[in-house]
Amino acid sequence: MNIHEYQAKELLKQYGVPVPAGEVVYTDRAASRVAEELGGIRWVVKAQIHAGGRGKGGGVKVANSVAKVAEIADQMLGSTLVTAQTGPSGKRVHRVLVERASRIDREFYLSMIVDRVSQKIVVIASAEGGVEIEEVAAERPEAIHTEYVDPGVGLLDFQCRKIATSIGLASRAASFTRLLKRIYRLFRDKDCLLLEINPFIVTEDGDLVALDCKMQFDDNALYRQAPVAELRDFDEEDPKEVDASGHGLNYVALDGDVGCIVNGAGLAMGTMDAIVHHGGRPANFLDVGGGASAEKIANAFRIVLTDPNVKVILVNIFAGINRCDWIAQGVVQATRNQQIDVPVITRLAGTNVEEGRRILTDSGLAVIQADDLDDAAAKAVAAVAEVAA
Amino acid sequence: MSVFVDRDSKVIVQGFTGQHATFHAEESMRFGTRVVGGVTPGKGGMTHLGLPVFNSVAEAVEETGATVSGIFVPPAIATDSLLEAVEAGIQIAVIIADGVPVQDMVRTKRYLAGRSTTIIGPNSPGIITPGACKVGIMPSHIYLPGRVGVVSRSGTLNYEAVSQMTALGLGQSTCVGIGGDPVNGTDFKTVLQAFENDDDTDVVVMIGEIGGQQEVEAAAWASQYMAKPLVCFIAGMSAPRGRRMGHAGAVIAGDADTATAKLDAIEALGHRVVRNPAEIGDTVLRAAKEAGQGPATAS
Repeated sequence: MNIHEYQAKELLKQYGVPVPAGEVVYTDRAASRVAEELGGIRWVVKAQIHAGGRGKGGGVKVANSVAKVAEIADQMLGSTLVTAQTGPSGKRVHRVLVERASRIDREFYLSMIVDRVSQKIVVIASAEGGVEIEEVAAERPEAIHTEYVDPGVGLLDFQCRKIATSIGLASRAASFTRLLKRIYRLFRDKDCLLLEINPFIVTEDGDLVALDCKMQFDDNALYRQAPVAELRDFDEEDPKEVDASGHGLNYVALDGDVGCIVNGAGLAMGTMDAIVHHGGRPANFLDVGGGASAEKIANAFRIVLTDPNVKVILVNIFAGINRCDWIAQGVVQATRNQQIDVPVITRLAGTNVEEGRRILTDSGLAVIQADDLDDAAAKAVAAVAEVAA
Repeated sequence: MSVFVDRDSKVIVQGFTGQHATFHAEESMRFGTRVVGGVTPGKGGMTHLGLPVFNSVAEAVEETGATVSGIFVPPAIATDSLLEAVEAGIQIAVIIADGVPVQDMVRTKRYLAGRSTTIIGPNSPGIITPGACKVGIMPSHIYLPGRVGVVSRSGTLNYEAVSQMTALGLGQSTCVGIGGDPVNGTDFKTVLQAFENDDDTDVVVMIGEIGGQQEVEAAAWASQYMAKPLVCFIAGMSAPRGRRMGHAGAVIAGDADTATAKLDAIEALGHRVVRNPAEIGDTVLRAAKEAGQGPATAS
């Protein structure tokens, strides 16, 4: 789960990590009120969307007057921001963060992630802040410093000093160490997967401040992170994906025309691959998970069909923990309860497969049954061609 | 022999009296698995499925001599159950739960460093030696005893690959699902090592997916140290970047994480790759024939 920059900064503040003074607002009037309250002569207005690349995309602007703050906020709010990470359709801006502008002396990069290779939390730092870390990694890998944290003892002071020295902050090692250990505590306490501060700055007054922040949390840990779970912004997510997750389905929208309903994440990806192999294009990833009831299958149909690009639906079930007869009943129920104008191809295998196939045959529905994965993908792609013809 | 589990393995089930555990324990027993009891704290002394229930893994191990545990508890308490099993001397522990917080696994792996227990999972379909032992949730009837070793992240893709092989008369020595999480107990390389050392395995199939480099690292190890042919498939050729595809570990974070990049790297290391998941069975059959093994069933 991702959260907004202003929410991430709230969390940093709670852990004693300095962030610029500021407040999130939803209207231009509130923006000018906040700017006045903050005082100063320069402010920054930052569009709050769950995607990076905002600076280059015009989502971060500096204002030299309160009137300008209001003007920028007015332009941003309700507009669609397109950045390198939003995709061409962009993201709608519903809120902006108004902050007092910082006087930057130097910028750094700082992040923590759960690293799957070392199976540890790793701290990544670079003296080249404010730019994409991927670019630094590609062009000057020696400019990136990493420290692996032993989960038995946590982040140690000497490791923090080592990082401070490596990014040219040796003279501020003590205060840097204090902040880094607070950030690590936050990362561990809140079950973060990623925490990125880019840039982390030294102000002209010599203070260390987190100027931007991105946080990602472990979905699997949200059950014990209620305050974090409340920060979820459904406006930032595909409504179909939100709808699906509410029914225990895992759905990811893609841009093809073969709607997919599959059990298991691996087989769902494999099914997409088989479709591509036959020259087709999947419209979505959809995993119905284990214990797929008839109702779940019906919901899967409904969600897949809300995508107007879907020309064919392919149901591919290899039942282990599931049962083919339940799945077949779900297909029958789905086609009875809602208008389905596209061809439906089903491939059933595994537990109770004979019973499942019989239910489909006896239903008299115009469902095209496939023998195996290859046959199913071929029939789905052929059906798309027929619909188009 | 087979790897990790065989017909002599004594298995206990943690979370024994739960609904899923009960269903799958019965299935496993029907399949011939030597389930010797189970653990549900607070229900010690009961009999379930005709077997003793214990309050702790330590008691279960002491009374039954079990060395293998199938952990069928919810994700929030999975690592606790795992560590209890490790402390009690269990040698092979299989965690089925999908949804274990990744930092729980980070801490658990640190705790396990230097210990000999083999952890399969979490988010695993389990492990099965056809005709001998099953610890997990896979549909037993699609498996056929034979000489192909199968290791995958995903459960259902494991079933898919196995059913293609079984249809061609190509049986399996052991099938291992290492799980779809980013931090897991046993990696691909460890399972490949086990298959390489197993007298009953001739050919090995590795089924991975987008995200991370574990499959490529395992393939690099194999091209140096493995004599047996290795066939690889990586799912998610059409997956978009930065999106989690069901499994917590299935996210493309960089160029090297894509299915195509991983398959290319594995092919360049000299292994056979499958780009269409419908052709896993055929490809394994060709590899088996070239290795001098036709469709062979029971060994």
